[in-house]
Amino acid sequence: MEFLLGMTGKDFTLTISDTAATRSIIVFKNDEDKSLELNKHVLMLYSGSPGDTLHFAEYIQRNVKLYEIKNGIELTPKATATFTRREMATSLRSRKPYNVNLLIAGYDVTTSLPHLYWIDHLGTNATMPYAAHGYGAFYTLGILDKYHRPDISLDEAKAIAKKCIEELKTRFFINLSGFKVKVSDKDGIREIEI
Amino acid sequence: MDSIVNKFKRSTSTWGDHNMLVNFDVTKEFSLPSFDIPPCHNPIEFLKHNTDEKSNAECRIKFKHGTTTLAFKFQGGIIVSVDSRATTGSVIATQNIRKIIEINPYLLGTMAGGAADCTFWERELGRRCRLYELRNKERISVSAASKLLGNIVYSFKGMGLSMGTMVVGWDKIGPNIYYVDADGTRLKGDLFSVGSGSPFAYGVLDSAYDFDLSAHDAAELGRRAVYHAAHRDSASGGNIHVYHVKQSGWENLGFRDFDDLHWEYQDQPKPSIIGDVQPMMLNIQD
Repeated sequence: MEFLLGMTGKDFTLTISDTAATRSIIVFKNDEDKSLELNKHVLMLYSGSPGDTLHFAEYIQRNVKLYEIKNGIELTPKATATFTRREMATSLRSRKPYNVNLLIAGYDVTTSLPHLYWIDHLGTNATMPYAAHGYGAFYTLGILDKYHRPDISLDEAKAIAKKCIEELKTRFFINLSGFKVKVSDKDGIREIEI
Repeated sequence: MDSIVNKFKRSTSTWGDHNMLVNFDVTKEFSLPSFDIPPCHNPIEFLKHNTDEKSNAECRIKFKHGTTTLAFKFQGGIIVSVDSRATTGSVIATQNIRKIIEINPYLLGTMAGGAADCTFWERELGRRCRLYELRNKERISVSAASKLLGNIVYSFKGMGLSMGTMVVGWDKIGPNIYYVDADGTRLKGDLFSVGSGSPFAYGVLDSAYDFDLSAHDAAELGRRAVYHAAHRDSASGGNIHVYHVKQSGWENLGFRDFDDLHWEYQDQPKPSIIGDVQPMMLNIQD
């Protein structure tokens, strides 16, 4: 039931994640952050089997950090996504595969381009201008198909994000509690209000 | 198979050796307890087949379930309140189980799900917290303690562990509550309720909760929430235990019998829900 969404703009990537921490019919928490900063410019959003999600995300985060400490360079969004996909693919053929879906959103400081990668629990890695995970994808991808251009400004992206959230609130019968919107650009990652 | 063979090999070679100190291996003694995992191709699937009632109704191992536990932060620290009934299917196994586990003078753990799993792993957590204290010359934080437990249960994910627990305590940051369950979820929060009676408890708790409650009122709210849960949930009941976690450590506020509480609350007028209007006199018995 979780919802993750990301879109790239002219010089940034914007992400939305819901903030509900649920178990069966109970909402335990409504301000849970379902994202982890892999480095200064790369953000990973996760959803899936509870427990697996954070465990896998932390595992990736620490390995990315280790690589950076060892080699003294910040990994690009593309490199982190490739690494993550491989870990996911390895896990898929293990005795206990991770059941986690991910979005990797980041800003590549070397080429000054925004990036978004859609990774699922089967190890698919797709480069996308905009992408979503969960039931929310059914409601929001149409909106994005209609309004998204690769060169949108942050204000336009915020307007689209707002439309998506409004649509979920009116048409999706599950209350997702709230949404966290984050932006990754040349200055790093920050949370924004929309 | 090799691991099983090796185990028997070792046990015969040390047979009859009475000098325990010589054979005392620190790394072995202080490591995580290990269990025999079913020696089959996929132990997780095997255990799921035999323990999970949802995927297989005729599973061989059925666990003790049913509980109401809650913990919440307020101005004076944390209130933890639980019932004391243990059920096996439709049978009440005991009315006198202690679902608040005293890990150390500053840490409490609550018990929901499998009684054995919770008791065992929270005791193991207590041991590991003590070791941490001895190694680092300072108390473990609630965050770290809950992460220890979370990592242990995560390593057994899918093998049939059944626990929903709150790790509660006071550390350098202040009062802290972490929810940890058997599928590896670990959440920090201000208010949690776990167990089959938790929806009822949440209802009472959420509607009357206020951070600025006095210690007395907060304890009463915790007791009341579990009372209402025990009243509606057939798997909760017995006695209602309340603990108060303060900066100086936890304090046991004792327990009340559910039936006694029931008649006591029956005699009280129902509180008015609007403003300062006098309470409605609904249940007055002359």
